[in-house]
Amino acid sequence: MSRCSPLLERAVALLLVLLAGCATQSGTVVLLPERDGREAAVTVRQGEQSLVLDRAYAAAELTSAGPRAATASAADVEARFGGALAAQPMRPTAFTLYFVEQTDALTEASQRTLDAVLAEVARYPVPDVVVVGHTDLVGSDAFNDQLARKRAETVRQMLIARGVAPGNVVAVGRGKREPAVTTADGVAEPRNRRVEMVVR
Amino acid sequence: MTTASKLGAGISAVVLASVAWSAMASDIGQVKVVKGPVTVERAGQVMPATVGMRVATADIVRTGVGASVGITMIDDTLLSAGPNSMLTLDRLDYEPSTRAGRLDASLGTGTLAVVSGRIAKQSPDAMTVRTPFAVLGVRGTEFVVSAHEPVLAAP
Repeated sequence: MSRCSPLLERAVALLLVLLAGCATQSGTVVLLPERDGREAAVTVRQGEQSLVLDRAYAAAELTSAGPRAATASAADVEARFGGALAAQPMRPTAFTLYFVEQTDALTEASQRTLDAVLAEVARYPVPDVVVVGHTDLVGSDAFNDQLARKRAETVRQMLIARGVAPGNVVAVGRGKREPAVTTADGVAEPRNRRVEMVVR
Repeated sequence: MTTASKLGAGISAVVLASVAWSAMASDIGQVKVVKGPVTVERAGQVMPATVGMRVATADIVRTGVGASVGITMIDDTLLSAGPNSMLTLDRLDYEPSTRAGRLDASLGTGTLAVVSGRIAKQSPDAMTVRTPFAVLGVRGTEFVVSAHEPVLAAP
């Protein structure tokens, strides 16, 4: 920490490079394999120059002459980024629970899903759960706002009762505004009577 | 209304406003993994990072020798930094119902692993990671990036 100023160091490094007439490198970007097959790409821009990484282990070396295309190996990535990768938090998991019409009672199938949710929550060192309640399109906005909130809050209380810290579970309701399946107003649709949850 | 009660009302308005602000600004993510010495700097105050701590816009996260940190953002983006790193959480705006928003982070130095979340999935230009030397535009993906003082490049 008590070395000379980083600015001075950088100036000296740049000067050396100018004298030598070649590029300096100031970082690397490596695209990793996708675990869930999503579209994958990173655009690396340095000033006016850019490079698109769109396949696994495609890499860009950030040089004073702009991004330079390269290919990394899994072993390179582990050697240079092992610390960062080892600290990656657990991936968030999504669940949907369904309800009996006009109530905040879970369907029988969803009572079993709730057990899976609780098992998943237990795997996280600090679980952070968001519960979003929804309804189908039967009834008024006011009725469904209340029902959606009640469904979310009921699930929240079930989690708290099984040991999740109250501060780590948020419940909100979205009423009939975000149906999973689009229907005409007034249509009863079991797939819309739900709470969507993310455990992270 | 007396001057004292006006003053009281004024102060509570300020207190309420700042509570509302901090509740909002401090809910952009949560520290999930801490290994070794890690600090969070917020508004000039440096505090040790702890598992479960909420992070806020403009927080600067630093890891020491052999240290690392993992943070889950509210749009499910995962950010994890290796040893001797400085990561700034510049901005996260997220509207859960539309999944639209904006996420900007900067790696000042060190190493960073990223698994992008819902913001990058929703809109390809909505997430960037900056280093002092480059700007990365992120489309739903996983990648690693490093930033260090310029050194002579391998030929």
